[in-house]
Amino acid sequence: MLGSASLTPSNASMPLTEPSFRVLACGDTALTVEFGEAIDPALNAAVLALEARILAARPAGLVETVPTYRSLTLHIDPLETDPAAVEEAVRELARGALPVPARRRLWHVPVVYGGEHGIDLDRVAEHHGMPAREVVERHAAPEYRVVMLGFLPGYAYLAGLDPRLALSRRPNPRPVTPAGTISIGGAQALVASIAAPSGWHLLGRTPVRSFAPGREPVFLFEPGDAIRFMPTDPARWDALDRAAAAGEWVAERVERDA
Amino acid sequence: MSRAHLLVLECGPATGLQDGGRPGYQRQGLSGSGPMDRLALAAANALVGNAPGVAALELALTGARLRAAGGSVRLALAGAPFGLSIDGEAVGDHRSFQVPDGATLVLRPPRQGLFAYLAVAGGIHVPESLGSRALHLRAALGGLEGRNLRAGDRLPVATCTDAAPDRALVPLPLDADEPVRVVLGPQADHFPDEAVADFLATPYTVSNRADRMGYQLDGQTIRHGGRGFNIVSDATVPGSVQVPGSGLPIILMADRQTTGGYPKIATVISADLRRVAQRRPGEPLRFAPVSVDRAVALAREAAALQAGLAGRLGPVTSREERLMEANLAGDAVDALAP
Repeated sequence: MLGSASLTPSNASMPLTEPSFRVLACGDTALTVEFGEAIDPALNAAVLALEARILAARPAGLVETVPTYRSLTLHIDPLETDPAAVEEAVRELARGALPVPARRRLWHVPVVYGGEHGIDLDRVAEHHGMPAREVVERHAAPEYRVVMLGFLPGYAYLAGLDPRLALSRRPNPRPVTPAGTISIGGAQALVASIAAPSGWHLLGRTPVRSFAPGREPVFLFEPGDAIRFMPTDPARWDALDRAAAAGEWVAERVERDA
Repeated sequence: MSRAHLLVLECGPATGLQDGGRPGYQRQGLSGSGPMDRLALAAANALVGNAPGVAALELALTGARLRAAGGSVRLALAGAPFGLSIDGEAVGDHRSFQVPDGATLVLRPPRQGLFAYLAVAGGIHVPESLGSRALHLRAALGGLEGRNLRAGDRLPVATCTDAAPDRALVPLPLDADEPVRVVLGPQADHFPDEAVADFLATPYTVSNRADRMGYQLDGQTIRHGGRGFNIVSDATVPGSVQVPGSGLPIILMADRQTTGGYPKIATVISADLRRVAQRRPGEPLRFAPVSVDRAVALAREAAALQAGLAGRLGPVTSREERLMEANLAGDAVDALAP
């Protein structure tokens, strides 16, 4: 089986033991390498490590990869290969210790909490029996990790939410929530890129566009990136939003060694 | 190459531009878009001498009126058989034709099928976004300014300068009565065996909630197993059959969400996705299981059929001759019926 120590990212709290996976059929154009069925930083680390190795090896017929919390889907061209051949290549590539990506990026993301920008902040505070200020502090305290970009372009699903803030989703999803929504659902935190329906709790909003066609890069975040939320004065919203609309990142990127 | 325009005088709400699609961004949450009926796009393009994935108009059920401006243009329509006329004179589908400068092309809704592609010789010269002209409406990306077409739009196209004869193809059968083939999984094991058996044995109908993102089906609800109807999100593929809490399956299509939190009981094989796409709301649909190996073989057959389109082009003949030819060839006559 795979080695354990080398799969553990530097800031992971739990050691990874014997990461095994199974391969699930997704028709003729994809297969999913499933490490587990839970939200678990160790599973996500294994997913990203295997993905890095597969992207470096580029097995014939591989079109693109989609890492998620706990699985890695490989989209393939059935004219150039077939799922069985790709599975064999993956099993070969998964032998031995998987390397942890060498460098990680940290993003400082401005967030205006509460009020019109975070309409659920007070309700979440009331539910947890703490002042709204404490919800903001607890939400802005951790260094989150982008475990998955999915659902819609640039939607960043984050691990690292303070368990004291965890709250099951709203029974009735809202038909529209704005671009840049910063929300929580269950034990997960999210940066939304574009307007969409959502059943999560809206704590705030960022002017950052994690998906912006015409800007370089079009997608700001990558799976594996770290994110810190920076509570921001509502008075700065308009200026930051204008700058972001003009193509500025508005988020600060910090490069560092793993 | 000099420039002409196709001027949109009128069109339905879901008329957009599609090309071969935009692979490579699913890792960032952007699905690949592309045509709902890939073979039909390739056929329309073959008829006007284009490569299979050149951008074309995708029409969905509703008609349109277009005018050639600044030069004559060569067009062809394939897929659902929309009724076509140029300045009031009928012209067939699945053949190329020229629309003279200033003439108006009217497209009337088809009697069967849903999606058709109107290809332009030389393509449609809107800018690419992330390497493709395919419209992804939710992402406001591709197409014309990231949106569907509307009256007043001007599409830059090539002027048709050659005098080459028009070409025709026997319309592609939709095999509407045949079952849609699926590979079970990736989460078939989230359902009791009887629920999987029911899913395969029971006819469904396409509901009104069907668009480029997905086709919600009506019919017998599928019971989830003990693990319920939520999974920790994992990736979807075109053709994923996800079963949300309602128990009614949704087939995910070209503009789908890239990840989802509902278990996926099965995956429609790539060769049959166009047949799902062409089913209208209210029309029946049933499933049949195949192996992954069989699905791969069928994908390769479909690719061979597409690659052979250019070689199957023939002269434009009368409807009667085409009918006879279709009968002799054993192709679906339904697709030709007026």
